[in-house]
Amino acid sequence: MLSYLLRRTVIVLVTLFAASVVVFAVLEIVPGDPARLMLGMNATEDAIDALRRQMGLDEPVIVRYFTWIGGMLTGDFGRSYTYSVPVIDLVRERLVVSLPLALMALALSTAIAIPVGIFSAARRGAAADAGIMAATQLGIAIPNFWFAILLVYLFAVTLRLVPAGGFPGWQSGLWPGLQSLLLPAIALALPQAAILARVTRSSLLDVLGEDYIRTARAKGLPAGLVLRHHALRNALIPVLTILGLQFAFLLAGTIIIENVFYLPGLGRLVFQAITQRDLIVVESVVLLLVATVVIVNFLVDLAYAWADPRLRRR
Amino acid sequence: MKPSLKTFLAGAAFALALTTSALAARTDLTLGVALEPPHLDPTAGAAAAIDEIVYANIFEGLTRIGPDGSVRPALAESWTLSDDGLTYTFRLHDGVKFHDGTTLDAGDVVFSLDRARADDSTNAQKGLFAAIDEVEAVDDLTVRVTLKQPSGAFLWNMGWGDAVIVAPESAETNKERPVGTGPFMFDGWAKGSAVTIVKNPDYWGDPVALDKATFRFIADPAAATAALLAGDVHAFPNFPAPEAIPQFAADPRFEVVIGSTEGETILATNNGKPPFDDLKVRQAIAHAIDRQAIIDGAMFGLGTPIGSHFAPHHPAYVELVETYPYDPERAKQLLAEAGYPDGFEATLKLPPPSYARRGGEIVAAQLREIGIDLEIIPVEWAQWLDQVFKAKDYDLTIVSHTEPNDIGIYAREDYYFDYHNKAFGEVMAELDATADTDARYALMRKAQEIIAQDAVNGFLFQLAKHGIWDARVEGLWANAPVQANDLTEVRWKE
Repeated sequence: MLSYLLRRTVIVLVTLFAASVVVFAVLEIVPGDPARLMLGMNATEDAIDALRRQMGLDEPVIVRYFTWIGGMLTGDFGRSYTYSVPVIDLVRERLVVSLPLALMALALSTAIAIPVGIFSAARRGAAADAGIMAATQLGIAIPNFWFAILLVYLFAVTLRLVPAGGFPGWQSGLWPGLQSLLLPAIALALPQAAILARVTRSSLLDVLGEDYIRTARAKGLPAGLVLRHHALRNALIPVLTILGLQFAFLLAGTIIIENVFYLPGLGRLVFQAITQRDLIVVESVVLLLVATVVIVNFLVDLAYAWADPRLRRR
Repeated sequence: MKPSLKTFLAGAAFALALTTSALAARTDLTLGVALEPPHLDPTAGAAAAIDEIVYANIFEGLTRIGPDGSVRPALAESWTLSDDGLTYTFRLHDGVKFHDGTTLDAGDVVFSLDRARADDSTNAQKGLFAAIDEVEAVDDLTVRVTLKQPSGAFLWNMGWGDAVIVAPESAETNKERPVGTGPFMFDGWAKGSAVTIVKNPDYWGDPVALDKATFRFIADPAAATAALLAGDVHAFPNFPAPEAIPQFAADPRFEVVIGSTEGETILATNNGKPPFDDLKVRQAIAHAIDRQAIIDGAMFGLGTPIGSHFAPHHPAYVELVETYPYDPERAKQLLAEAGYPDGFEATLKLPPPSYARRGGEIVAAQLREIGIDLEIIPVEWAQWLDQVFKAKDYDLTIVSHTEPNDIGIYAREDYYFDYHNKAFGEVMAELDATADTDARYALMRKAQEIIAQDAVNGFLFQLAKHGIWDARVEGLWANAPVQANDLTEVRWKE
């Protein structure tokens, strides 16, 4: 197990280093001078040069890379060009919105999907199963921003139960905060739940076809017990994979949902930073997201190893 | 009367009184703005989003621009101009305090103007201060500004957001915590979400009606529509979804006010590059453009056709739309005369705003009618500024020039239009040296005619300002002579 851990850790570190080089290089290649963008069309060249110097953009690329990556390693993410505040503060402010949102969506989708998937698998071929499969197909096909807009029109514009968007901040209380995240979380969770339910169902059906399940049944164990004790744990591996991927998607892929609900989250920060050429914010946040994805995958791998001891020896 | 009923009635009356007084006294306003400003210092950035929050609310200049575009006194209660047109002497209001409690005096004015025009200044509109030779404090409340040459636009220039007066004590931190002299004080900025300003109890001028105003950042058109409908936002002075406007116009809860902006939307043309250096080619393009079709197709019918680079609401505006009327046959003929009977191929670089992306498709279709085949290249703003604006690496592009009174850009040697006309330059030089209003207007008219005749760019339309607000709110600007949301006159109707 220890050598397995070590091997995995090295892979994580190499991946992160490669990602940092790629992220930095790509953003350096993309044309567009942040100083010029900030000062606009009427700015004089010397005002632009003065700003470039202020932002440290006059340094050679290689120096800037090492300044950036060195800073990241010591927890200093640099200073946003546009907001001129430390990037880490921006990220922290946004994470308190994005992280609860992603977790709520993840919890919601898991809470819906796993029981539905199990239910559907247990009734394979029945009308209920067919109905669920059709519904999940629809859930996957519906774009979540469209679904989000529907939710807003129903619950905010027509029924006036919740605000149409925005985030009051946690300082105004837990309930107002959660309330403003509820619709976005539902909009994010449903398509995810649809995918997860299908994966749960098919993975469970695969496992139920295995020899050891037949053995268990042949021993005369009740169907429910077979499902819970023998099938479920093994069927969880593909589900875990999807969950891991979904977490990364939820954290990074909330851009559209955060726009529809004008939530001050991480996705919107990145989106805004890209259009404003706030390179240091984009670079740092993207690398942070890459790190999150890599680490979540690492944890998922560990979870596999826990779920299936055979994997540890590979 | 039974005691219980009496108590009930008294209670009801009390409750009623409370509610009505609460209704009458509504003093908060939530405004939607499409873009979040990068920071809140108008003297250090070009983003219109900064002025949309701070102009006239938090910061004030020597002069200010009114809703009709006129120059009005602000921190300077009066001024005199020397006979040679070179020396302005400004008299400041007495008893003006910055929000941090420090007193405004002539020294702050000297500091602000010197800072803006310093070598290491990052003021995005340094050009506004180019005419200044020297700024000096005569006494605590008198400032003398000496110009290098007479500048007819000087008082107007001092009314821009980039020319507001700041204090040396707070200038460095204005980006984060703006400290001005205005009727509102900065209260808080939840990044990505909203900026809040509150009434300044010590304001030197007329007190404002609102106690608190919140600017919420909502970029998504569908979200903006929902926020207004749900009542989360009371006003959207620049509503980003023109397609939803009929819905609001039909709803008595809302007032829809379509005004004018300073945004001249043009098919900018690289005059220095063949074949666009040929006047006949540019005239052919001008004849091939059906402006109303572009306004209808790209802007849902909102916008005013223009024939030159000047805002139709300006007193000096000349109607030049018919200089080159829509006439594809004439356009083809002109192309043939220029030596392109079969047309030619060119590129059209389009920045992100929908007026450009949607308008570009229509322009390309219209030019194809006369044989000009445009390859559409969508670009981001940063790319647009680098490639088109700075490097002049383009044939045609569509962009809205939103600076007020900016016809002077046509006289700039190195501007991206690459337009050179000595006669035009002379008119602009004369304009800059003229302070008399009527004489200035005559010169502005002449300038409009020259660039219209030269078909420097394809002049398309003036961007409209789409204002939507709660019908009970009054005092918001209908037009946008500067990009501001001046809240000084805004109140809830009783």
